[in-house]
Amino acid sequence: MSQVIDTCGLSCPQPVLMFLTAAKAGGTDFEILVDNDASRENVSRAAANNGFAVETEDKEQGITLIRAKK
Amino acid sequence: MKSIGNFFASTTGIIVVGLLLGCIAVFLQLSGNPGNMGVCVVCFNRDIAGGLGLHRAAVVQYLRPEIMGMVLGALAAALCFGEFKARGGSSPITRFVLGVVAAMGALVFLGCPWRVILRLAGGDGNALFGFAGLVVGIGVGTLFFRRGFSLGRSTAQAKASGWVMPLIMLGLVALYLLYPPVAGQEQSGVLFYSLKGPGAAHAPFLLSLGGGLLVGFLAQRSRFCTMGAVRDVLLFRQWHLALGFAAMLASAFALNFFLGNFHAGFEAQPIAHTQSLWNFMGMVTAGLAFALAGGCPGRQLFMAGEGDNDAAVFVLGLIVGAALAHNFGMASSGAGIGAHGDVAALGGLVICLIIGFCNCKRGA
Repeated sequence: MSQVIDTCGLSCPQPVLMFLTAAKAGGTDFEILVDNDASRENVSRAAANNGFAVETEDKEQGITLIRAKK
Repeated sequence: MKSIGNFFASTTGIIVVGLLLGCIAVFLQLSGNPGNMGVCVVCFNRDIAGGLGLHRAAVVQYLRPEIMGMVLGALAAALCFGEFKARGGSSPITRFVLGVVAAMGALVFLGCPWRVILRLAGGDGNALFGFAGLVVGIGVGTLFFRRGFSLGRSTAQAKASGWVMPLIMLGLVALYLLYPPVAGQEQSGVLFYSLKGPGAAHAPFLLSLGGGLLVGFLAQRSRFCTMGAVRDVLLFRQWHLALGFAAMLASAFALNFFLGNFHAGFEAQPIAHTQSLWNFMGMVTAGLAFALAGGCPGRQLFMAGEGDNDAAVFVLGLIVGAALAHNFGMASSGAGIGAHGDVAALGGLVICLIIGFCNCKRGA
């Protein structure tokens, strides 16, 4: 089951830090919610750089769901 | 249009933006802006504070159109690409104080991180100490982030609130046009204009505004951030933003070099002093303030243009802090630090450390 990380309302670097901390703890399957484009790009880039396959899906109210899987 | 936006956020995109920003900055210097100060967000907000009469240091008073352009350019980009979103409520008063402290620290060094780049690109060795201070300050900031530092989540605000800072900037443009500089006069209507010193050195209005608009547009698309460039390397080993920083330095250096404007050394550099310790300490304080606030002063302008009220509050803090720095004798000059410059750097550092410790392990 995917681990959900809600970063809505947070700005850099916290969304990336939350994801990387969870990934370092051994997680391999994440659903990350972001609500701004800078965070979407930063988290996607960090996930890709760490060997995750990344998919994004636009949700309502400007929220994007990033799926990061190893 | 999203695909174009993605280009600017790509590795190539951030490098292209960095190269362009370096060129724009040097072009503005050639067009009349002060030496190694094609774009300096803190210096220019200080000049705006002077232009509005918030401080009366006669040599640094001018309503810099670059700042208005940077906010309005980012606004235009955000509107074009559907990224304008009014948001706020993440510790606004703390961000205001961080803005005040950042301005005070940066004015001890005499420049924000953008000017660190431009001073290095012009051969000013004193900026090496500023850059070292910036890295240390941001490094301390990353330690707080590792301990769970957060100023809390922002929430969606009424759309109109996102327009307040862009409208303030439009108002400043209108004020400038209503009361333009008049040769030989210190005042035009309600505005103050320097007759000598850095405030009197400026590119023509349309070039300044146009340059600012272009910088704002490009930086909004690419998320260019001079603080994030250092922070991401220290915190995540991510070099994306650092490539933009390096590209801006490279293009500004190359242009200066080929135009004969590169003068390596420490003495007699434009609008700079040689007190290395305070060049370093001023930027430790400013770097930490930028790190805790989540963006360099340029990035704060761009986010304010996207509708981010928290960034807008930081920008107001910068303007007030710059005014206070001059009123309280904290700002440096070419002769050295101000009478109370040490208090600004060290007191500001203590304030940042208190903010850092008091905001760990909450919110996120």
